[in-house]
Amino acid sequence: MKSKGVRIAILSGKGGTGKTLVSVNLASIAGKSVYIDCDVEEPNGHLFFKPENIREELIAVKIPVINEDLCNGCRKCVDFCKFNALAFIKNKPYVFEEVCHSCGGCMMLCPEKAIREQEKAIGKVQEGVSGGVRVHTGIMNAGEASGIPIIKNLLSKSVLNKAIPVFVDCPPGSACIVMESIKDADYCILVAEPTVFGVHNLSMVYELLRLFKKPHGVVLNKCLDGENPAESFCVENNVPILGRIPFDNDLGSLNSNAKIAIRESERYKVLFSSLLETVMKEVRHETTINP
Amino acid sequence: MKIAIPVDEQNLKSNVCPSFGRAPHLLFHNTVTKETYYLDNSAVASQGGAGIRVAQVIADHGVRALITPRCGENAEEVLRKSEVLIYKSIPGTAQQNIDAFVAEQLILLSDFHPGFHGHEK
Amino acid sequence: MKQLLILSGKGGTGKTTIASAFIKLSGAKIYADCDIDAPNLHLVMAQNIEPKRTGYFGMPKAEIAIDKCIECGLCKENCRFDAISNENGFMVDPYACEGCGVCEAFCPVDAVSLKPAIAGELMLYADDNNVFSTAQLKMGSGTSGKLVTEVKKQMRTMASPDAKLAIIDGSPGIGCPVIASLSGVDMVLIVAEPSISGISDMERIIKTAETFRTKIGVCINKYDTNTANTEKIEEFCKEKGLPFTGRIPFDPEAVATINKGQTIVDVDCPAGAAVIEVFSSTMKLLSEESDGAEA
Repeated sequence: MKSKGVRIAILSGKGGTGKTLVSVNLASIAGKSVYIDCDVEEPNGHLFFKPENIREELIAVKIPVINEDLCNGCRKCVDFCKFNALAFIKNKPYVFEEVCHSCGGCMMLCPEKAIREQEKAIGKVQEGVSGGVRVHTGIMNAGEASGIPIIKNLLSKSVLNKAIPVFVDCPPGSACIVMESIKDADYCILVAEPTVFGVHNLSMVYELLRLFKKPHGVVLNKCLDGENPAESFCVENNVPILGRIPFDNDLGSLNSNAKIAIRESERYKVLFSSLLETVMKEVRHETTINP
Repeated sequence: MKIAIPVDEQNLKSNVCPSFGRAPHLLFHNTVTKETYYLDNSAVASQGGAGIRVAQVIADHGVRALITPRCGENAEEVLRKSEVLIYKSIPGTAQQNIDAFVAEQLILLSDFHPGFHGHEK
Repeated sequence: MKQLLILSGKGGTGKTTIASAFIKLSGAKIYADCDIDAPNLHLVMAQNIEPKRTGYFGMPKAEIAIDKCIECGLCKENCRFDAISNENGFMVDPYACEGCGVCEAFCPVDAVSLKPAIAGELMLYADDNNVFSTAQLKMGSGTSGKLVTEVKKQMRTMASPDAKLAIIDGSPGIGCPVIASLSGVDMVLIVAEPSISGISDMERIIKTAETFRTKIGVCINKYDTNTANTEKIEEFCKEKGLPFTGRIPFDPEAVATINKGQTIVDVDCPAGAAVIEVFSSTMKLLSEESDGAEA
């Protein structure tokens, strides 16, 4: 068994299926753990944990700054930029920050070394504690295009090298920010809801996990009586079902008031305890066959 | 003087293109010599900053006035600093807009939308 | 043609459920799904025709020609996106590559070149009656904003000149694809969910939408799951001067209906009845003249 804690990513494809419900409660029931909220556009985990002793760090990207005295007007930077972030106006290059992708190319290619870089904040990360859980939250500023630098920062924290489990709450969808969030995950939990929309999006994110060869299992959430299209999907594709959370008004109520279910209800303490045990067993099984 | 109009087709009967940054073609017209020429808009395929790129092209061609239905803040900045005036186009063809400009019937564009980095209409 | 966009901030609040109901109620012939990461509208707006499919090219991706590569490592050294590895010779990870061209510029032997890369697929369902524009982003892709722009452009290009209304189903979040969907629409209807998370996410999406200076309306879905929070949201709207267009109850029958591929106004159910009211208020707001409105 590795000395580093196991890293478990929780994702879903569709939004609103219960990623945060599952990740927050698993992290809580694990006792000592790390919870990382990579849904930097709409972070919610911190609303449940209400972490204390918060430390904040701004996350910045590098934006070029032109030294007009050194610039000889060769336009190499303007012609190079693939993102149209530089324009040549009245014989001087001009930078458009929000279009810049911080590739550094203009600075590296300037023959006069007239470009240096300056930091521009795109968001922040917050660290705090809630009971035994270390809570890390990424928050992207409204108007920014990509939260990837924030996610990169969150997933590089030194606390992740300790021997406690890490739960990564991922953004919805299967685009580049999701990919970034599941990097280095040892195991992925897919949270599915019993609707056709849910299954449609589940199948996409399932493809992503297969592409990256991530061991995975499904938690069926909001289960009602009758046919469950998500369950059918799992059965058809041989995807392990880790557990079932029944649709329950009480749980919905707790959740909508940002309460952590296992801290409020014995029934959910038992449910998530059992789920955690199943997940850990699966993880151990996977890491034994794929060390 | 030289003026520019974003157009859907390469002729004077073309409609003015509703998008500035992603217009398929740019029309350049000299109001004195009455010469007109066209350029394909290389910014059409841009992921982002299309307005900036087109504004650059327009400034590089020595244009003094641009006639367009709309324009982003970033493009406006490039044009303003390059001393290109921006006029609001009227519904109709490029020729109708040129005539209206020469007759001094066009007004300056005053409303610039936030930069879209690849997401404009 | 007026464009109504439906957004939420939080996922799972009911955008597609409401968008599909609006399409049915308005008889709108022009609609689009801008949730290109996880499109769902086509599951409810059943299409009998095959769509026209177009490959969507995102940013080009760098490729290294192994036979030319001299393994100097300059590409990897200068890549800001950790997109180049040299475990088995130098290779570019197409998922991490942002197409900036630095590696291509630095390679001393021209072994690196940027090649066009498919990042998704546009789909257009168009017949004499309807125009439905949608797309699917290839998983792991970035630059989703431009694909959203293409979906809207495709919708507008195919719309008949006398079409009065277009309805656009948006995506969750506040990033790239949402910003792209916001540009140029006449009104945004925000579907809020009465949970603490839902309120937090709603505030962030409103902040994002406000920078576009479009009309904003708010409605609440599943309002009876937490009436205290529902009231909080209504108070918030009043304080900010945001028009409130109604509330829809949680309705298991609605879920079942959607699962069968029908909209909630195709059957008799409480959510369906409520959405008719929301639709009516929203349309009234949309048709009100605003100052300096552009065509």
